[in-house]
Amino acid sequence: MTLAVFFGCSFIAFGPALGLCLFSVVREPLRVIILVAGAFFWLVSLLLSSLVWFIAVKASDPGDEPLQKGLLIFGVLFSVLLQEAFRFLYYKLLRKAIEGLVALSEDGCSPISIQQMAYVAGLGFGLMSGAFSMINLLADALGPGTVGIHGDSQLYFLTSAFMTMVMIFLHTFWGILFFHGCETQRWWEMVAVIFTHLIVSGLTFWNPLYLGSLIPSYLLMFATAAWAYVLSGGCTQNLLRSLQGEYLVQPHVQRRSPARDPASEG
Amino acid sequence: MWLGESAALGRVSTICLRISKHSLNIWPHISTVRKALYEKLMMIIFMNSSDSEEEACNERTSLISADSPPAASYQDGLQAPEAAETQTYRKRRTGGSCSPSDADGGNSDSGIPVREIAVDDKEEELTLKYGAKHVIMLFVPVTLCMVVVVATIKSVRFYTEKNGQLIYTPFSEDTPSVGQRLLNSVLNTIIMISVIIVMTVFLVVLYKYRCYKFIHGWLILSSLMLLFLFTYIYLGEVLKTYNVAMDYLTLFFVIWNFGAVGMICIHWKGPLHLQQAYLIMISALMALVFIKYLPEWSAWVILGAISIYDLIAVLCPRGPLRMLVETAQERNEPIFPALIYSSAMVWTVGMAKQDAASRSLTQQTWDSAEDVREIHDNSAYVESEISEARSPAPTHPTTSLLEDLEEEERGVKLGLGDFIFYSVLVGKAAATASGDWNTTLACFVAILIGLCLTLLLLAVFKKALPALPISITFGLVFYFSTDNLVRPFMDTLASHQLYI
Repeated sequence: MTLAVFFGCSFIAFGPALGLCLFSVVREPLRVIILVAGAFFWLVSLLLSSLVWFIAVKASDPGDEPLQKGLLIFGVLFSVLLQEAFRFLYYKLLRKAIEGLVALSEDGCSPISIQQMAYVAGLGFGLMSGAFSMINLLADALGPGTVGIHGDSQLYFLTSAFMTMVMIFLHTFWGILFFHGCETQRWWEMVAVIFTHLIVSGLTFWNPLYLGSLIPSYLLMFATAAWAYVLSGGCTQNLLRSLQGEYLVQPHVQRRSPARDPASEG
Repeated sequence: MWLGESAALGRVSTICLRISKHSLNIWPHISTVRKALYEKLMMIIFMNSSDSEEEACNERTSLISADSPPAASYQDGLQAPEAAETQTYRKRRTGGSCSPSDADGGNSDSGIPVREIAVDDKEEELTLKYGAKHVIMLFVPVTLCMVVVVATIKSVRFYTEKNGQLIYTPFSEDTPSVGQRLLNSVLNTIIMISVIIVMTVFLVVLYKYRCYKFIHGWLILSSLMLLFLFTYIYLGEVLKTYNVAMDYLTLFFVIWNFGAVGMICIHWKGPLHLQQAYLIMISALMALVFIKYLPEWSAWVILGAISIYDLIAVLCPRGPLRMLVETAQERNEPIFPALIYSSAMVWTVGMAKQDAASRSLTQQTWDSAEDVREIHDNSAYVESEISEARSPAPTHPTTSLLEDLEEEERGVKLGLGDFIFYSVLVGKAAATASGDWNTTLACFVAILIGLCLTLLLLAVFKKALPALPISITFGLVFYFSTDNLVRPFMDTLASHQLYI
């Protein structure tokens, strides 16, 4: 394990997310705040699910292996459900924030739309989730050691990095899908997000059979990406055009009908 | 000996975003619809957090219309919508911080609650419009300070070694029983906090009796010590860690330049970014000293106790900090400051203006710039390092405010004590959380969110608020819960390579 492993894994895991951040989030203060708050919400959900798991483990017999395994599975499922619940709570909070921003703005137009918020919130969730999964591994990768010396897989760091990357992306797309489902009252979109999250987490139970966990996760990620892209108003023409170098920049700011006629002010 | 430092620097720990005093005469025509919208906004914002948003409104209106001097002067100093012209005049006259002049202006507002609300509506809008930017302006330096502290803790062994304790925490924690250890840490905390209180009161007394030279000299002495001695020790330890040899001549040259430029930047004038960098560095140095010399349990109890003290000292009518603020306002002087980090960038966006207005604008710009410098100068005075009081100055997030109409770049000020204690929390988490980075990350996010919430409360309540309680509470909660609950869970998941 060397610096090469450290840098390689960290860039694999966080490179795309960092790019997303740099190009779309850091310039706007409001988006940075939403990102950090999203990370915070994910953290709180993790805290609560860890609490539940911890209590369950302490209340059970530590020597009973199948029970511990079962508790772990329960912990994972509960954590996934709680994460989605907190995503919903965050949606509610952001909705209220948008109403506040609209009420306070001069032209009845919020400086940020719910779609942008969905994207940034998803990214926040993903970044925190990825950080919690990966940072300890990266710190260990800097130190001495041999991966898999006891018979485990030698690709541990690499696959963890790839898995982290896919989780970050997935959280971003799930955020978009989930918020869209909440906005348009299409509950099946939200159910699809929860379902997909459970599937992806469940697939990781096949580790170290990395073919079984990574490849389906990536396929799911591409599918979710396409779906989120379509829901955000994208179409294949735009995609082709952007690939050909014509960049379409359309800030999608949601216009709300002003609660009052600006002319009537004052 | 460094208690005073912490005290001084720590005391400026209230944040206040002062809203533009777009005075009443600018928005006399705001309709009642606005007011209704404002109240609806309050409802929206506070629906979840408080049970009655009306309370917030009532509290504010009651504060606004209250005539009792402490309340009025304290909060008026920070919110006073006032005529821009009078503002300019006052600023020119006092040349001091915005707050005292605002205080005077604010007193005139007590009788106009309705217009206050209407104005506040616009101010509210401006606050939220500028609020996000201010939050980021504070996120960046706080993050930088924490990064420096965490990087040092993780790489330089010196700051995690146990090498004695401060005289303010005389009780050792090397006791066999848990109860004894807890008792010792509580006693240490009591001693520390009482020393801080005594020093703060001492400083308030000094200020009341106008012993400015004494305070001035004291502050210069303490910043000298910080910039030279502590930097020398820090540099020595870093060089030792990386096994880099440096001869005394080079060392002297480097430290002399660093210290001299630092003294000039902090106490006199200097480029804004350089000033900010120095303030961040000395906060980090101070935090490292605390992390090294405070025993474990004492550190956590002290953090909790200091945030409670901060809350009391800033919000209670008889709190020392509040009294200090009022004294400063009575004398129409800059609020007696400790080192305050300022993100003020003073310029205005060009716009079509009438001549008079633009003249007053540039005047205000100039005054604000002077203001900022003055506040920095003054704030340096209270940096006490030699076991002095906590600087009683609340972090008057006196935004270096340009009292002009739209499109101004306003800065936010945060006391260095806040930087120090945030960094102590995160640094302790990095040092003692059994090599776990998740805990550090969790504390970091918690503190940032606390800061964000404090600024939001500030924008809504428009009075000086302590910056420590919310962040430190979140930080402590997340530290203990992540270290004890999340870590085993994540470790188990990682060992099976499961992802949630």
